[in-house]
Amino acid sequence: MRTVRAGWGTYTLLTLFAVVSLFPLVWTAVAASRTNTRLAATPPPFRFGRNLPRNVEIAWTDARLGEALANTAVVAGTVAAGTVLFATLAGFAFAKLRFRFRGTLLLLVGATMLIPPQLGVVPLYLLIARLRWTDELQAVVLPSLVSAFGVFFMRQHLGRALPSELLEAARMDGAGTARTVWHVVLPVARPAMAVLGMLSFVAAWNDFFWPVLALTQTGNPTVQVALTGLGRGAVPDQSVVMAGALLGTLPLLVVLALFGRHIVGGVMRGAVKG
Amino acid sequence: MTDDAPAGAAGMTRTRTATGPADGPDPRGRARGARRAGRGAAPRRVRTGSRWTPYVLVAPFFVFFGAFGVFPLAATAWASLYRMELTAPDERQWVGVHNYARLADDTFFWNALANTVTIGILATVPQLLLALGVAHLLDVRLRGRGVFRVVALAPYATSVAAATLVFALFFGRDHGMANWALGLAGLDPVDWQNGPWASKFAVASIVIWRWTGYNALIYLAAMQTVPPELYEAASLDGASRWRQFLHVTLPGLRPAIAFTVLVSTIGATQLFGEPLLFGSGAGATGGADHQFQTLGLYLYEQGWVNLHLGRAAAIAWTMLLILVVVFGAVRVARALLARRESAREGLGHARSGRSGRDGRRR
Repeated sequence: MRTVRAGWGTYTLLTLFAVVSLFPLVWTAVAASRTNTRLAATPPPFRFGRNLPRNVEIAWTDARLGEALANTAVVAGTVAAGTVLFATLAGFAFAKLRFRFRGTLLLLVGATMLIPPQLGVVPLYLLIARLRWTDELQAVVLPSLVSAFGVFFMRQHLGRALPSELLEAARMDGAGTARTVWHVVLPVARPAMAVLGMLSFVAAWNDFFWPVLALTQTGNPTVQVALTGLGRGAVPDQSVVMAGALLGTLPLLVVLALFGRHIVGGVMRGAVKG
Repeated sequence: MTDDAPAGAAGMTRTRTATGPADGPDPRGRARGARRAGRGAAPRRVRTGSRWTPYVLVAPFFVFFGAFGVFPLAATAWASLYRMELTAPDERQWVGVHNYARLADDTFFWNALANTVTIGILATVPQLLLALGVAHLLDVRLRGRGVFRVVALAPYATSVAAATLVFALFFGRDHGMANWALGLAGLDPVDWQNGPWASKFAVASIVIWRWTGYNALIYLAAMQTVPPELYEAASLDGASRWRQFLHVTLPGLRPAIAFTVLVSTIGATQLFGEPLLFGSGAGATGGADHQFQTLGLYLYEQGWVNLHLGRAAAIAWTMLLILVVVFGAVRVARALLARRESAREGLGHARSGRSGRDGRRR
């Protein structure tokens, strides 16, 4: 951090940036509290109306946002837990253990970050169709459990925070792998695991392309699938569409408000790594 | 991330030779080794449990990675060689490279490719420049800096779907806020949905809104690794804030910029949700005249609207090839640049630039 103090110019520009960042979200709420007729009039509304409960109710039931929210909570929760678990184990091995093919395997993990998973959707779709998983939540959970980013994130953290002496001491004491991981690795890994969990949760909550293919709005939608249905005309009322967008976004905004500092830290830490 | 290595490589070898072999039990190197671990240099490794332990630990990751990462990608190449309908994928028919030959004559494919590149540039360039600016603003002593940083991530926490639905209303032709604001300024309304450029700009603006703050935080993280002494020295030399930004901040940001360009490029080629939902009723065509249909959207239209999975697979594999070619070209360009640079450095041996780069790693 530099010692330069912020002048009023900096504050003005940053406030402008904050307003631009928040305005669409605030306006989503404004639009969700109005009527369709009011949204189709000029000038656009800037103040809250009284229609929020009605619009939310329609979005909740007709557009199935209620079920979608529950589904998404399950999906994002499972994906976050699984990602953290697998990434911690693999990250620990890559950071601290000596084994053959370590470099090759790590390179393979890195390569996945360059290849967008979207490009594998056709066979993936055939696979889940064969398993009769279309419209089942596991169809969107299982492919998301691997995160190359997660492995690198945990490897970086453990490489830095876990002293090799500690592992050697555990080995001298005759601790096996399971005990070492449980009593030595996990306590050190916990802060990074929490951050990775939050980042994975946000990513899984907002995952779009694959869920839109694998799930349908009438079957077992996640929030993004339900919103896609709304956007493609499931409900003609724009104020209801906005109520849906609000419902689908609010949980993550709450997460951000509660754990914002950690998520910011995660984004900043995840980026500087090599 | 992976591409970050070449940028850091020069400095890394220098540090490593100074400390001796990184893997050995070298008490002197320990403190430094811990710090270097994140940069990819090998820290001291130990053994735990049996010789199979490491493999058991990485196995769960690689099982899922194989089943849902490697297998689908490889099988895409296979699927692209068949005529295969979504309704009856088992009645496939070998057609060889027909799906690819067809793409070459397909105006919609070329249109989608051109749109992807155009929207990609319209979205990425302003986004990264704005992010640099915001990061620069945040990189000072600031009241409420935590709040600003969290607010910067609010658009990132907003899903593609939610963001696009709001922006589609903003950019409504008759009663949207964008045209209302233009009207206030005495300008004519713009047809944001149907204008070939206006619609691309509108789609790009959604991407810009969602990712500027995220990238700003990445830049900010990199800026904070620049040692303050460098700024002090620069301001003693009478360098203005702008010149400090150019000559001290930017060089330190090179790996971060490479990283964000890489990630944004990959993201831009995959653009899907924004054009799908911005066209609201139009569905997967990306506007009445396909004016903002991207490759991702065209893939979806071929596979899941027209039900031609073989063709969709050919599009996916072509997208992959395009990415590989782009990365390859960047690699080659970089290698050439590096060679020219090192030749120049060899001539005018290690003056100002070198000291800046070393300082960053201290």
